[in-house]
Amino acid sequence: MSRTVTDVICPFCGTLCDDIEVVVSDDGRKLHEVYNACAIGAEKFLHSQAKDRITRPRMRQDDGSWKEITYDEAIDYTARILVNAKKPLMYGWSSTNCEAQAIGSEIGEVVGAVVDNTATVCHGTSLIAVQDIGIPSCTLGEVKNRADRILFWGCNPAHAHPRHMSRYSIFPRGFFTGKGHTARKVIVVDPRPTDTANVADIHLQVEQGRDYELFDAFRVAFKGEQLPDFVAGIPKEKIYEAAEMLKSGRFVIIFFGMGVTQSLGKNHNIDAAIAVTRDLNEYTKAAIMPMRGHYNVTGSGQVWGWLFGFPYAVDLSRGFARYNPGETTANDLLRRDEVDAVLVIASDPGAHFPFSSVRKIYELPSVAIDPHETPTTEVCKVHVPVAFVGVEVGGCAYRMDNVPIETRKVVEPPDGMMTDEEFLRRVLERIKELQGV
Amino acid sequence: METVTLTMKNQPDLYLEADNITPDAFAGKKVEEIADLHVYVGREQHRLGEFFEVSGRAGATPETTKIVINGDLSRVKYIGMKMTGGEIVVNSDLDMYVGAWMQGGRITVNGNVDSFAGTGMKGGELIINGNAGNYLGAAYRGDWRGMSGGKIIVSGNAGSDIGTFMTGGEIIIGGDVDVHVATHAEGGRIVIKGNAKSRLGGQMVEGEIYVFGTIDLMMPGFAYRQDVDIDMDGIKGRFALYEGDLGERHRKRKGQTIYGKIYQLIEA
Ligand code: SF4
Repeated sequence: MSRTVTDVICPFCGTLCDDIEVVVSDDGRKLHEVYNACAIGAEKFLHSQAKDRITRPRMRQDDGSWKEITYDEAIDYTARILVNAKKPLMYGWSSTNCEAQAIGSEIGEVVGAVVDNTATVCHGTSLIAVQDIGIPSCTLGEVKNRADRILFWGCNPAHAHPRHMSRYSIFPRGFFTGKGHTARKVIVVDPRPTDTANVADIHLQVEQGRDYELFDAFRVAFKGEQLPDFVAGIPKEKIYEAAEMLKSGRFVIIFFGMGVTQSLGKNHNIDAAIAVTRDLNEYTKAAIMPMRGHYNVTGSGQVWGWLFGFPYAVDLSRGFARYNPGETTANDLLRRDEVDAVLVIASDPGAHFPFSSVRKIYELPSVAIDPHETPTTEVCKVHVPVAFVGVEVGGCAYRMDNVPIETRKVVEPPDGMMTDEEFLRRVLERIKELQGV
Repeated sequence: METVTLTMKNQPDLYLEADNITPDAFAGKKVEEIADLHVYVGREQHRLGEFFEVSGRAGATPETTKIVINGDLSRVKYIGMKMTGGEIVVNSDLDMYVGAWMQGGRITVNGNVDSFAGTGMKGGELIINGNAGNYLGAAYRGDWRGMSGGKIIVSGNAGSDIGTFMTGGEIIIGGDVDVHVATHAEGGRIVIKGNAKSRLGGQMVEGEIYVFGTIDLMMPGFAYRQDVDIDMDGIKGRFALYEGDLGERHRKRKGQTIYGKIYQLIEA
């Protein structure tokens, strides 16, 4: 027999949907079906049931093959590489809970590591801009209930955050938005004709890498100053029209994604986007929000924010927190040979970092903590499989709008498997033993 | 002026953080005391003498102390950080943060420097006989008060993000620069003798940029005003004057709105 668990949180993307229903076996050991989630979210739940799942730590042998080791051996290896290093890198943290992130932070402090999360290749640039000029933001609830002007800039939620548009941004009927999408105007800025752009009232097909200029043009247009005939490949009339559409709304929300955070200008693009939002508040109410990818990358920034004062790329090597993207960011550290050991957890740099950085991970003492077999586990010396957070263990996660949501355990992990939190706690104990403190 | 000579004898495994290599830290110390100053490799603290041969003698004050550094320093950070006086001459390439937050004195680097040179500089002179990396004379992360005084002279090219949040002082680049010049600047002057790419003066409130060569793309927020003749401080010729960033906030003085200014050379 089976039973249904309701109000489950989807631990996949930053939308962190909280209305998932999961059908599990009576003994809570098997997960049968997933309802309400989008395809990628459902896949995440079902993945935990894979028959060929790796359930014990493994160490790479000289001939390239894997040898199964015990969790104790994996704990000892991890503790030793961190203790022996002068400046270890502890990277990832975006697909695990805040509890594990907090213990990881303590380890980072004890061993003098650099801790960095996936924001480094994603929305880290947004965080730089926020520190530079602040951010007028809001919650997704406010968007649903109030927003009538929706601007998607360099993001494609139709594919990356599939339920975002139906739950929050375009279609839902909220308290002051009873007419749903018919009373909302949607603007999409993207060089490509995406599926999100298909539902837009205005699609500004910006020239690749000219977002900064287009943001500036919006600001000039708001002030009624003259624009050149074309900016970023877009005729000025269209820019004035879009600017008017935004100004005439009751509540404007700007969502932005990696199309602007990782194209030419990076943090400058977001800096300018926030300035656009600030300008709009002269005429109406406006807010801006990054479309965070991993379900708890936001939480990782929160945890480090309250512990160290910085949301990513925190260098703890000298006993105090330093933060300077360009120097203390994972790829720069690897590229420049600034670190001498690597711990990867809850992320996949093997798939997302440039090859030159991945090769550095391969050359260094390294451990990957991940439920899955990934390109990263392929280049690390030790792979520690762990329980799926949000499926086999609960814990706190932060949605893209910085709202904390407690994820739920719905099934048991395979027998004898550790969670991220348990494993890190044991590593911390072992480190203290090795350091004699 | 007394001179201390440092010669690099051992390379660090990773990078060396040498914020103690300043006339301020050396002044009044004997050679052995200088060799005992701290440097860092990752979390490990070491003696400066483990990496450098130290000779000569320091002056009684920073102003009377000169430091000459030889060897390969391409993995050394923070030389001359926060120095207030005296002189440093480096005969090598250097890594990041040379002259960061410096307040006085002079640093001459006979080689290239990596990023963040002259970060948050307040005074003094930083002369780079080579190329500079990104964030030359920029603000430190999150600080809205960038370089406020002093002078940076680079004979070669510079990277992106020079003079971010600059409020005063001068940066002179002999060659070309990458994108984003004087972003958010509220004062100061940047002279580019070579070519510029795009995004000059983005979100600029006040200050001046002079470009002798080409500009790939002007920001939409900069409007052409008029041609002007200039002859001052080695800047001579007929320039096209652009004002902006029109999208940004601006102060008023005597009823006049003050804009950031970009001057582009038309003829020498
Ligand atoms: S939109 Fe995101 S959080 Fe919601 S079900 Fe899909 S993957 Fe999960």
